[in-house]
Amino acid sequence: MGAIEVRGLVREFKKGPRAVDNIDLTVAEGEIYGFLGPNGAGKSTTVLMLTTLLPPTAGTATVAGFDIVKQGPQVRASIGAALQEAALDRFLTGREHIKLQGSLHGMKGADLRQRGNDLLERVGLTDAADRKVGGYSGGMKRRLDLALALLHRPRVLFLDEPTTGLDPQSRSALWDEVARLSREDGVTVFLTTQYLEEADALANRVGIIDHGTIVVEGTPDELKAEVGRSSVEIEPHDAARLADLERALAPFGEPMVTRGTRASIRLNEGVGDVAAIVRALDAQGIVVHQLRLREPTLDDVFLEKTGRSLEGSGDNDEDETPSA
Amino acid sequence: MSAVLATQVLVISERSVRRTFRQPAAIIPAIIFPIMLLFVSAGGLQAAEDLPGFPSVSYFDFALAVTFMQGAIFATGGAGTDLATDIETGFLSRLSLTPMSGAALVLGQLGGAISLGVFQATCYLAAGFIGGATIASGVAGVVVIYLLVILMAVGFGAIGIAAALRSGNGEAVQGLFPLLFVLLFLSTINLPLDLIPITWFRWVATGNPITYLVDAVRSLIITGWDGPAILAGFLVAFAIAVLGIIGSAAALRGRLQRT
Repeated sequence: MGAIEVRGLVREFKKGPRAVDNIDLTVAEGEIYGFLGPNGAGKSTTVLMLTTLLPPTAGTATVAGFDIVKQGPQVRASIGAALQEAALDRFLTGREHIKLQGSLHGMKGADLRQRGNDLLERVGLTDAADRKVGGYSGGMKRRLDLALALLHRPRVLFLDEPTTGLDPQSRSALWDEVARLSREDGVTVFLTTQYLEEADALANRVGIIDHGTIVVEGTPDELKAEVGRSSVEIEPHDAARLADLERALAPFGEPMVTRGTRASIRLNEGVGDVAAIVRALDAQGIVVHQLRLREPTLDDVFLEKTGRSLEGSGDNDEDETPSA
Repeated sequence: MSAVLATQVLVISERSVRRTFRQPAAIIPAIIFPIMLLFVSAGGLQAAEDLPGFPSVSYFDFALAVTFMQGAIFATGGAGTDLATDIETGFLSRLSLTPMSGAALVLGQLGGAISLGVFQATCYLAAGFIGGATIASGVAGVVVIYLLVILMAVGFGAIGIAAALRSGNGEAVQGLFPLLFVLLFLSTINLPLDLIPITWFRWVATGNPITYLVDAVRSLIITGWDGPAILAGFLVAFAIAVLGIIGSAAALRGRLQRT
């Protein structure tokens, strides 16, 4: 049995369409599962159901082997969660958060102190532990959020858009920690994100959700391979030679839409074609102003499956996430 | 109460007290305004001392009881607003992901309201003594005033918590403030019941629970040990506390949908 098993999960709200519409998924022990989709796609509603904070309308799911409807307390004891927007009390210090949350989980005394100190050190907040959270940066809040989620040694960790609003350095540090948790501690991670590179960098497998339905699932490489091969885009130094350029590129792959003075082809053999293309252009005296090799991305996968680009596709959607 | 529940109540109370006392902007008005109104009304309504049948030689002593009621109303706002903030920021979801029980949440939140109520009462009594008030029931009466203040903080705090859980936003909780102040002014805060000249006002004040709370505290300050007044005050405070907690529990079930 997987760490997370979901069958036919549905969540309907009183007004509006189904936020989550009959989804199935399985996440193996120790796996990082990336749940990718635009705002309002149903990611957060799914997380709220799997973390027992919102009852499903229909369907079943188990987390860490416990039924999310019938065994809510056991599920909560087995999971850690950092939900959207690090929900912290700005009037408490980092250490006071640790004490509050640990005590509510039944931890006490030396065990709680030691575990708290270890986690604060691991997320780089030892020096700031006795400062009020109101003075923390966004990255520090996220790191404290992660430490709190890990406090009671959960088997499954839910991270709901953990790096939204973080600077690249903080984002990278958080990625490293999440990867380490899975690799060294065997923690199963269910990660929702709208950042393609985040899913690509972290997830062993990715599920793409749109309008409450999982449209495709697989490893990032499988999904990208499904969409197609690498492409190359070239701009000649002399725009008048664009037609010559297109003819020269034709043997190396399938032509794509020409944009401005740039010609593009989807490569027959992939990256290995690039050297031959450069030699061919050189032989014909076509001077290259710019050459860009482009690998397929998860956005191409999303585009292929939904007809829309993921980047910014949900910006105008209303967030369906209810308050707890 | 089980040991687990007691621990949960303790840590949530501890957090609530810390949070309350780390917000000077919320505490200072709760201390300053009632004391300011005490001195203003005692100065402006001093002539009431000459009314036949007025129960105190000093209007200041008579008005001192009102500060405790105003403090209780601030407790409503404080406890409710803090919880509404927890709902809005998602902190309640964080707590909901732990084995915390709903009872611990409500009782723990009341810890902040009680601590603020006790602190306020101490400040009001100090202001009263500085202004020349005496407590007719003596030191034991002061203890009884504190007990009544705690019970009122629980009752009014629970009303604030119920409003926060029901509405989920701080503005709605703040909306209770003017309502409670209207109730306060329709009670015996300015004159004893039998000296209120307008019939309908006297009827409203007779049916207004705040009248009995004010009269209980007031009797301990100006009369001494008036058993029926004290008993009525405690019964009303107890009833408000029970209703508030029942209302909070019902609202909590609607708010916490966790399985």
